[in-house]
Amino acid sequence: MIITQLSVFLENKPGRLFDVTDALAESGIDISALSLSETAEYGVLRLILSNPEKAKQIISDLGVVVKTTKTLAVAIDDIPGGMANFLKIFNDNGLDVRYMYACVGRVSGKALMVVKLSDTEKGEAILKEKGLDNLKPTDIYRI
Amino acid sequence: MPFLNEKIECMPKEQLKKLQSERLVKTVENCYKNVECFRKRMDEKNLKPEDIKGIEDLHKLPFSYKKDLRDYYPYGLFAVNMKDVVRVHASSGTTGKRIVVGYTEKDLDMWADCVARMFAEIGVTDKDIVQVSFGYGLFTGGFGLHAGAEKIGATVIPMSSGNTSLQIQTMIDFKATVICCTPSYAMYLGEEVERLGVKDQLSLKYGIFGAEPWTEDMRKAIENSLNIKAYDIYGLSEVMGPGVACECKYQNGMHVWEDNFLVEIIDPETGEVLPEGEKGELVFTSVNKEAFPVIRYRTRDICSLKTEKCKCGRTHIIMNKPTGRSDDMLIIRGVNVFPSQIEEVLLKVSGNSITPNYQIVVDRVNNTDTFEVNVEMSESFLEDDIDIKTIEKMEKSITEKLRSTLGIGAKVHLVNPKSIERSTGKAKRVIDKRKLV
Repeated sequence: MIITQLSVFLENKPGRLFDVTDALAESGIDISALSLSETAEYGVLRLILSNPEKAKQIISDLGVVVKTTKTLAVAIDDIPGGMANFLKIFNDNGLDVRYMYACVGRVSGKALMVVKLSDTEKGEAILKEKGLDNLKPTDIYRI
Repeated sequence: MPFLNEKIECMPKEQLKKLQSERLVKTVENCYKNVECFRKRMDEKNLKPEDIKGIEDLHKLPFSYKKDLRDYYPYGLFAVNMKDVVRVHASSGTTGKRIVVGYTEKDLDMWADCVARMFAEIGVTDKDIVQVSFGYGLFTGGFGLHAGAEKIGATVIPMSSGNTSLQIQTMIDFKATVICCTPSYAMYLGEEVERLGVKDQLSLKYGIFGAEPWTEDMRKAIENSLNIKAYDIYGLSEVMGPGVACECKYQNGMHVWEDNFLVEIIDPETGEVLPEGEKGELVFTSVNKEAFPVIRYRTRDICSLKTEKCKCGRTHIIMNKPTGRSDDMLIIRGVNVFPSQIEEVLLKVSGNSITPNYQIVVDRVNNTDTFEVNVEMSESFLEDDIDIKTIEKMEKSITEKLRSTLGIGAKVHLVNPKSIERSTGKAKRVIDKRKLV
């Protein structure tokens, strides 16, 4: 399933991450997945949220750069080799994984992942073809 | 009291004025003949060289500015043929372009003489070993102190700046008795000496420090940590280099070598000469230089003068330590930095990736200047899927451009759009947290 991801630019200063999450909390927005990449100076926060459009406005109001982009959310079998089997599909189809991170899992026996591919639409099409595009919004978002 | 040239240094005021007048008349004649910029300004004021009969006419002469050095870059203000110029020095100007000054052989000798007067005064002799830890190169510091120390016959260690552990080792091994560097570097040397526990291995007696502002507290700290007596030296390359004015043993301000340099304090707004003792902008006229004479050069340094008789016997006027600037120039680790230079670099950064909104933050941490430049990114700079590498690449590119323009490293921070504080719509460009006055 294609989902909207928020990327937030953070200066590495005390309290910046708190400010963002606090503002989201006040508006009752649920965080389903979060990944933080950082250097000594900067951080980029990636978020999967229950209401991305509203969240974007809230974060933007803090004076922070926030952007939206499309990523894939997938459910992988939570068994040894599940990840490798899953990645093989992309590998066989010439798709690169830019980054991926784990999502709160609400599907029994499955690990939920957020995957950024070199071509999101193509990735989704392949998953559909293989019957692996198996998620509903309620599996990810607490609504 | 040791003098290098007692006759000149203690010359009675009237006699000194006569000498200055003669030299001023000659300088004006020479500049009018050979320096286009000066001639134009004189003509604009309907002034002829013969209107200047002595130092009482000094106030009639047109001012000159740092900008002139840029407009006539590189050699347009030189008053002699290039075949007679034996050396050039350069420093950063108000924008990317350097400013260039030149010296004839006689100029270098005069410069060495000015610096040597200071060495002699504080008691340095041909038995001393002088470690010059000012930078050697286009900067005037290293070569200036070097020549002065040689002139009095001292042994010179031309260390140049940097490599602190080697500096200290050399100081110990070569038994240096005098150290010359920037005051902030002296503080750092002192700390390192203390950390290494080698203070008792030092042979140092005196230190000569300049090229950046420093306080009496810093003086005490340097004196304690290196077990020396610390003296202040003033100068700027446009006028000559270090040694335009120097402290004597009584440390009651710095004697301006008036046989070579005429000094005035003016109101920076109106240009009017201010009465003695009042604080204003320091203006120099060189009357004994050949290659690069300056007439009423606006230093933008704010300070005051006093003519009171000094216990050392010298009759030359005393300038107090400059307390600030009448422009926005910052002195960071001894290097002149103008905010406009930073703006220029940022404007050149391609595309609309950053805004020309920036903020300079200068502080002094552990006695070394810190220099940070915050730059606002534009909203459109970041891709929809923000990549930290793009940000780092931009930061690196700006850092490199700043270094090559300013000649000094700055820590660049990219910050969120519109995050730099604005007061009444205008961004506050400089935050200088150093408390040096």
